[in-house]
Amino acid sequence: MAKLDLNRVPMPKQTAKARVKNFNEVALGYTDEDALAEASRCIQCKKRGCTEGCPVEVDIPEFIAAIRDGDMPEAVRILKSKNALPGICGRVCPQETQCEEVCSLGKKGAPIAIGRLERYVADWELKNQPGSKPEIAPATGKKVAVVGSGPAGLTVAADLAKLGHSVTIFEALHIAGGVLMYGIPEFRMPKDIVQVEVDYVKSLGVELKLDAVIGKISTVDEILEQGFDAVFLGTGAGLPMFLNIPGENYNGIYSANEFLTRTNLMKAYLFPEYDTPIKIGKRVAVIGGGNVAMDAARCSLRLGFEEVYIVYRRSREEMPARLEEVENAEEEGVIFKLLTNPVRFIGDENGWVTAMECIEMELGEPDESGRRRPVPKEGSEFTMDVDVVVVALGTTPNPLVPTTTKGLDTTKKGTVIAEEETGKTTKPGVWAGGDVVTGAATVISAMGAGKRAVASIDAYLRGK
Amino acid sequence: MYKILKREDLTPEIHLFEIDAPDVAKKAQAGQFVVIRVDEKGERIPLTIADWNREKGTVTVVFMEVGKTTRKLATVQADESIATFAGPLGLPTHIEKFGTVVCVAGGFAIATIVPIAREMRKAGNKVISIMGFRTKDLVFWEDRLRSVSDELIVTTDDGSYGRKGVVTVPLKELLEGAEKVDLVVAIGPTVMMKFSSLTTQPFGVKTIVSLNPIMVDGTGMCGVCRVSVGDITRFTCVDGPDFDGHKVNWDELMARQRIYLDEEKKSLELWQHSCGRR
Ligand SMILES: Cc1cc2nc3c(=O)[nH]c(=O)nc-3n(C[C@H](O)[C@H](O)[C@H](O)COP(=O)(O)OP(=O)(O)OC[C@H]3O[C@@H](n4cnc5c(N)ncnc54)[C@H](O)[C@@H]3O)c2cc1C
Ligand SMILES: Cc1cc2nc3c(=O)[nH]c(=O)nc-3n(C[C@H](O)[C@H](O)[C@H](O)COP(=O)(O)OP(=O)(O)OC[C@H]3O[C@@H](n4cnc5c(N)ncnc54)[C@H](O)[C@@H]3O)c2cc1C
Ligand code: SF4
Ligand code: SF4
Ligand code: FES
Repeated sequence: MAKLDLNRVPMPKQTAKARVKNFNEVALGYTDEDALAEASRCIQCKKRGCTEGCPVEVDIPEFIAAIRDGDMPEAVRILKSKNALPGICGRVCPQETQCEEVCSLGKKGAPIAIGRLERYVADWELKNQPGSKPEIAPATGKKVAVVGSGPAGLTVAADLAKLGHSVTIFEALHIAGGVLMYGIPEFRMPKDIVQVEVDYVKSLGVELKLDAVIGKISTVDEILEQGFDAVFLGTGAGLPMFLNIPGENYNGIYSANEFLTRTNLMKAYLFPEYDTPIKIGKRVAVIGGGNVAMDAARCSLRLGFEEVYIVYRRSREEMPARLEEVENAEEEGVIFKLLTNPVRFIGDENGWVTAMECIEMELGEPDESGRRRPVPKEGSEFTMDVDVVVVALGTTPNPLVPTTTKGLDTTKKGTVIAEEETGKTTKPGVWAGGDVVTGAATVISAMGAGKRAVASIDAYLRGK
Repeated sequence: MYKILKREDLTPEIHLFEIDAPDVAKKAQAGQFVVIRVDEKGERIPLTIADWNREKGTVTVVFMEVGKTTRKLATVQADESIATFAGPLGLPTHIEKFGTVVCVAGGFAIATIVPIAREMRKAGNKVISIMGFRTKDLVFWEDRLRSVSDELIVTTDDGSYGRKGVVTVPLKELLEGAEKVDLVVAIGPTVMMKFSSLTTQPFGVKTIVSLNPIMVDGTGMCGVCRVSVGDITRFTCVDGPDFDGHKVNWDELMARQRIYLDEEKKSLELWQHSCGRR
């Protein structure tokens, strides 16, 4: 065998200077040569640590071998047999803490760029065999309602449809895809690609009902009474958290959900061609240190803000965002104000935010999350002029469904209680998975939960 | 897509649409609203449910032309369709037997108050309604509101029809009168709701208002519709739209309604220019 190649093939990207002026995808995708070179680095381990690192157990060595052998249809088949949404996961999975973290090559050098190869295969399929469809089992006559069309709901709908069940998705918004459509920006997750995946799910016979807010248009109990045999809740964690400090309702202060929904779902970056506006000022402060904060900051740059700050109360090491996203943000010119916490907002006589009073923090003893607890430094208050603020502190599940469903138990945090292995909730006939159970997590963990629920729902329906 | 089955122009700038939306019709209750989008590039805006017919599967909305979206909506004709019609959203108005209920409405909100007055009356209340307009030409649905009220008072700002003046004048008279008023429901432009609440406050009569902040999703997801009620931040789309008018922070609400004034103006001008409309 050839000598180990410890360096991965770099991803072609738009330059930082060019990309902050547009909403086009930042990472351009491997060329055929890039993909072949990267695939050839894989040593095809017998132990397959990589597969164990993937929440949906993609047969990684096999699909990489198919790329290396130039058998792309086979690569597509292998990948899609485990992962219905490879074009999405290849782009947004936190691979560095999943499949790639446990790749054997990682011990000596750079792990195989599994995510990039996955995206390459998905993009190849889109170009070369669009609309290909798997086999669908004979109809079982059983009906399942899926609430929410994020990654969890789409996975459950696709897999149950393949097993021959009749599936209807109820989605509150006017378009399917969940956070993939309203939260993650176009430049990381092109909306066309999400819609291709949604169309694929529909092509399996799944019925999609948009503008259908469950808890309002029907309750879960009514869905069950209307002849559905089972319900899967994939309603995500869509309720924004605020800081609860004085002045938070001044004009110009957004939740990240609002800021990103206007920008991505409603396409405010194309205003006034699209009707939904967004406030574009000079200085924006994004509060928080996760992926959502990075997305909001990077959207702000592209919308035309001159100075974009990330204000985070801990230090860089504790930032929950993916390293890649932090680096991208930095490269693009986002300014990080770490160990800083806002204490109140200051506004003008018309109700607009003009400044933010902050306090410096230092790190104390570790807290329950294992990260060092930030404590305010007395007397270190200072003010920072801003004209827009985006609060990106995180989200919790929307209570609309839990509060209208008898017998569906939730935790103190508002997440729906469901068995880890099966997704079964406390209510018979009702399953749940994804962010609504875990709180804000990842696309692939939502899909993994969906897969486990499918096995359980299928067994239930067949025994019924 | 949701089809407009019937269109009626109530005044030159206020229109009624009866829309084919059986799922919404099945669940609609007085005081709830829908979120609509005219077309693929359209903004999401809320409109109150003015009426519904569960058998026919239709929902009626009444809207006033104010900016780009409502003007664009006004160009849609019967038999044409709009892209989004999601609802019923928000909590229904709390209906029970209070005794004497005064329903106050201004402008397009006449349509909103009709189902509330009707349900209040069905629950055994005596309903006195006050409807106010700028001028005679804008008066609509007088008969309809009369048919669900025990008494009806009409006002116009310029005195061209009914009593001259604003709605708070007859409201105050009622409160000072011999008959005990148990509840006031005030719906209309924000200033009108604010002043109705200020009018009732000294009398200690509970006053329900239906707030109209800017919204996007209407499901509790974005937080743009937050209002301060008794110093607590509430989301109008899920906790409301009805709140206790004596506890609402009106100045904050009015400031927040103006967030996009500049953008709305630009957007409207461009649109009017591009399609040669007024
Ligand atoms: C800005 C942002 C960036 C992110 N970046 C990444 C990333 O890079 N990588 C990653 O892996 N993860 C990322 N995540 C997290 C990831 O998107 C979520 O973990 C994932 O989408 C959860 O999937 P889900 O199916 O559980 O829920 P969601 O994607 O939230 O979908 C839930 C759907 O249910 C609908 N719904 C809710 N209530 C109702 C109701 N009552 N009736 C009908 N429909 C309803 C919602 O409208 C929504 O469409 C990010 C999240 C955000 C917000
Ligand atoms: C719960 C609720 C029920 C409503 N019911 C009715 C109704 O039955 N009939 C009716 O005519 N109007 C109703 N409105 C008001 C209606 O939504 C606004 O007139 C409409 O959004 C204006 O949009 P525009 O583009 O035409 O005007 P713009 O020029 O964009 O805005 C004019 C003003 O309308 C408000 N507004 C703008 N965008 C929104 C938005 N997305 N959501 C809410 N308000 C906005 C702002 O205060 C703005 O200054 C209701 C509002 C709410 C919140
Ligand atoms: S789905 Fe995600 S974790 Fe699994 S192999 Fe693909 S990139 Fe890795
Ligand atoms: S662990 Fe890494 S090198 Fe080994 S098979 Fe998986 S991807 Fe290839
Ligand atoms: S409109 Fe978005 S939370 Fe109320």
